[in-house]
Amino acid sequence: MASVESPAAPLLQIESVSKRYGALTVADKLSLTVGEREALGVVGPNGAGKTTMFNLITGDVAPNEGRILFAGQDITAMAPHERCRIGIARSYQIPHPFAKMTVFENLLVGAMFGGGETERASYRHCAEVLELTRLGDKANFTAGALTLLQRKRLELARALATGPRLLLLDEIGGGLTEHECQELILTIKAIRAGGVAIVWIEHIVHALLSVVDRLIVINFGDKLAEGEPRAVMADPRVREIYMGIPAA
Amino acid sequence: MDPNFTVERGTTASRRFAVLGGVLVVALATLPFWGDTASMRLIAEMATYLALAQLWNLLAGYAGLVSVGQQAFVGLGGYALFVMCGWYGIHPLLAIPLAGIVSAALSLPIAFIVFRLRGAQFAVGTWVVAEICQLLIALMSSLGAGSGQSLTPAIVRTVAASKADRDMIFYWCSLGIALIVLGLVYALLRSRHGLALTAIRDSEQASRSVGVDTFRTKLLTYVVVAFATGGVGALIFLQKLRISPAAGFSLNDWTVVVIFMVVIGGIGTIEGPIVGLVIYFVLRQLLADYGSWYLIVMGCVAVFFMLRARDGIWGWIAQRWQLHLFPLRRNFRRGGP
Repeated sequence: MASVESPAAPLLQIESVSKRYGALTVADKLSLTVGEREALGVVGPNGAGKTTMFNLITGDVAPNEGRILFAGQDITAMAPHERCRIGIARSYQIPHPFAKMTVFENLLVGAMFGGGETERASYRHCAEVLELTRLGDKANFTAGALTLLQRKRLELARALATGPRLLLLDEIGGGLTEHECQELILTIKAIRAGGVAIVWIEHIVHALLSVVDRLIVINFGDKLAEGEPRAVMADPRVREIYMGIPAA
Repeated sequence: MDPNFTVERGTTASRRFAVLGGVLVVALATLPFWGDTASMRLIAEMATYLALAQLWNLLAGYAGLVSVGQQAFVGLGGYALFVMCGWYGIHPLLAIPLAGIVSAALSLPIAFIVFRLRGAQFAVGTWVVAEICQLLIALMSSLGAGSGQSLTPAIVRTVAASKADRDMIFYWCSLGIALIVLGLVYALLRSRHGLALTAIRDSEQASRSVGVDTFRTKLLTYVVVAFATGGVGALIFLQKLRISPAAGFSLNDWTVVVIFMVVIGGIGTIEGPIVGLVIYFVLRQLLADYGSWYLIVMGCVAVFFMLRARDGIWGWIAQRWQLHLFPLRRNFRRGGP
């Protein structure tokens, strides 16, 4: 485990966490550290256990064994809403908007409950997040009326509204045009500049590489490779398993 | 970044409606002075159903707690009133809110059981609990067992000496409780708690992930609804002057009819149950002479809405004309006030 150093003090520590559904193991003694302000990229084939890792971090799924620490505190048994309140926020791969509420209200829920702010204090914060995520002109649209891509942006915005220290992004770049992808990269860089640590699951490798400091590859619920992004992507095992290119 | 913005809660339509609603309330409040007894009885019944429908909607339409056992709290509230008046000599009108407190207190152990269940299991579980309440009370001979009990004339006279005065008082109580419940639901939904409830209505999983304590929010809602439902139940049986387990814990009268109203009118809105209430009573009056056809037509209407118009009549109206008479929405406007 000491082979790769995190650039700063650990914010999140996953310690040999396993999750099984009957005979199917979706996390197999997975260990991982994310540093304060770090940006970590996660790649891996479909069904490798990437989203499960997020579910374990946010508490949507309870592990069979192992423990998870956030800012030094053991959060393994903590409820999802409490984890959000101490600074863990996520976007869902399949957007879960509050469909009949407006975009602004979607953010307000995050700011008031996740961020623990009063309603008045939340307004300003939400206005800033709307600006940052370029959803300002959609503020009064009901979330259900948004396109899929806008819903993905709303996932990001709502997570951000909770005022996280750690932001988990689950394939928010999928389906974007090159131009939209560049915009997303700028947004994520701006979020990082605000001091938020990011773990980003993404299939669009070039987008990932332009943002992250470190990359891990997950396969069969376990880490296959970890390290400097370009070195990891050049690893023959990664090329074989992730991209289907024979190692030979 | 532009810091100049405002957040508006009302709409022009809602302000006009507030005036109209005020006029309607005044007209209804003065009904005893210009209306007949039959219309007073009808409006009083509609008022208590309005309260029950708003409460069930809060529970099922917002908190996602689809209870089929709210008759438990109507019956418990009713019996609590009879016990307080008959055994302890408490004034019947004071016993109404007290019955609500009894009902809320009993909802906690009930929640302890039914909150372990989800979805359809929760629905069946609440129904089973209501049946158990009915059976337990039917076993208690001190409460009149299966045949129930009546309020003594002496107790009834403490409300008012003459029947005409009593009818008037009961009428105002019904109207009052409907307005209180409507106001309570509206205030609750506009508050911080209501924002959480609305989020839970749309996605429970996402609510949790952005920091909403869904269990606490739902439990609080369940207890508040039990309190108000108990109070409504107490008033209903105070008016009837008689209660029995079968009447008090009637699934049809206190839950099925209420679900019909909410589903037809539009679940998850304040306006929907009001629309559904009016439609139910209109249908009931129209079909009163056709015996069991009444139930068959009601059933067909309910099936149609569940298959074809799941947001109910109000859902369709709100969608088509962007009309909100009880505005909950927060409209974000750029540019200073």
